[in-house]
Amino acid sequence: MANAALEHGAVEHGLSGVYEAPLFGAYSKKVGMWLFLASDSLTFGALLFAFSYNRISTQGWPTPFGKDSIANATIMTACLLSSSLTMVLGVFAAQRRDRAWTRNWLLATMVFGTAFIVLHGMEWSKLISEGLTLPGFPKPAGQAGEFAAVSAAVPQFPATFFGLTAMHMLHVTIGVIYLGVVAFRKWFLPVLGVIWIAGYFLIPSDNVFHYGIHALGLGLLVSAVILFLKPKDYDAHDVEVAGLYWHFVDLVWMFIFPLVYLMSTKI
Amino acid sequence: MHDAGTYAATHDDSKGQYFWVWGWLLVLTAVEVVLAYRQVFQPVRMLEVLLVLSIVKSALIIGYFMHLKFETALMRWMLVTAVVGCFIIMYFFFFPDAGRILRLGVH
Repeated sequence: MANAALEHGAVEHGLSGVYEAPLFGAYSKKVGMWLFLASDSLTFGALLFAFSYNRISTQGWPTPFGKDSIANATIMTACLLSSSLTMVLGVFAAQRRDRAWTRNWLLATMVFGTAFIVLHGMEWSKLISEGLTLPGFPKPAGQAGEFAAVSAAVPQFPATFFGLTAMHMLHVTIGVIYLGVVAFRKWFLPVLGVIWIAGYFLIPSDNVFHYGIHALGLGLLVSAVILFLKPKDYDAHDVEVAGLYWHFVDLVWMFIFPLVYLMSTKI
Repeated sequence: MHDAGTYAATHDDSKGQYFWVWGWLLVLTAVEVVLAYRQVFQPVRMLEVLLVLSIVKSALIIGYFMHLKFETALMRWMLVTAVVGCFIIMYFFFFPDAGRILRLGVH
């Protein structure tokens, strides 16, 4: 009887008599991911506070985001919200052990996430080509645009903007790689490798992403180590935990979009 | 141990609510964009309104998409209390100083 009661809330590991006692009513992977997300929320909280503090305390804070930027950012928001929905549907498919639809919904989530990254990269490239830049960014070809003066007069703006959005973009990129590993396992490695190499050669060297694309190389290395050293069949729990990370990435954007973009609209 | 079929049956019935949540999130986003683009409020009030809307959206995401609404009360209280507590502490460290700088009229 006691074992049955224990079994009800526990995860069976396939070894007879071995159970993992639930902590806070959930399996340890889920609790671990929630604790990580709580700490990561403090990281983003600190970055958002830094942005807001600079916004309030700096005279002449620029408002560079015109109609096109706001429309672009709104589409990016819709992409992330839709990706959260497809992630939920993927978790449902995993729970009913439908492998094909789990992969399909995770792939849909990855497509929306990649669309977000591409649109964000295009926004960055446009701002950098107009002169909004940081020391260390490659200088784009052509004349400096309208934001060259902004970068010189209010350096806090590009510093906080690029810092905050780069941190978020990195999280989204890691999330897409994470989902690819869970959905496709070792089959994802050559795909990631091709995208990394193609991106390096196709993105011009005066674009910051020519160097930023190496994040995919690092992701490839880490994924390969995990997949070869600890091969396993990812189950519904793994998909659910990946989903928690993905929804967190969406959640952070719900604060970045209004604070950074909507509070700095150029009308 | 959860039976996969029972679990799926319970949640398949409620799949529709996730589409509703997605729909409301898009509507709230549209409201934010319209308010900001038409500059309906002054900047400080605009910030307050946008933050309230963001908190509502994040509550929907955390409660439904991240499933926290359906977790045990202990898990919910532990996470929400810890994170909210940390943000309150951050606020009291940062914003009085930001307000002071505004009153000093620093350029």
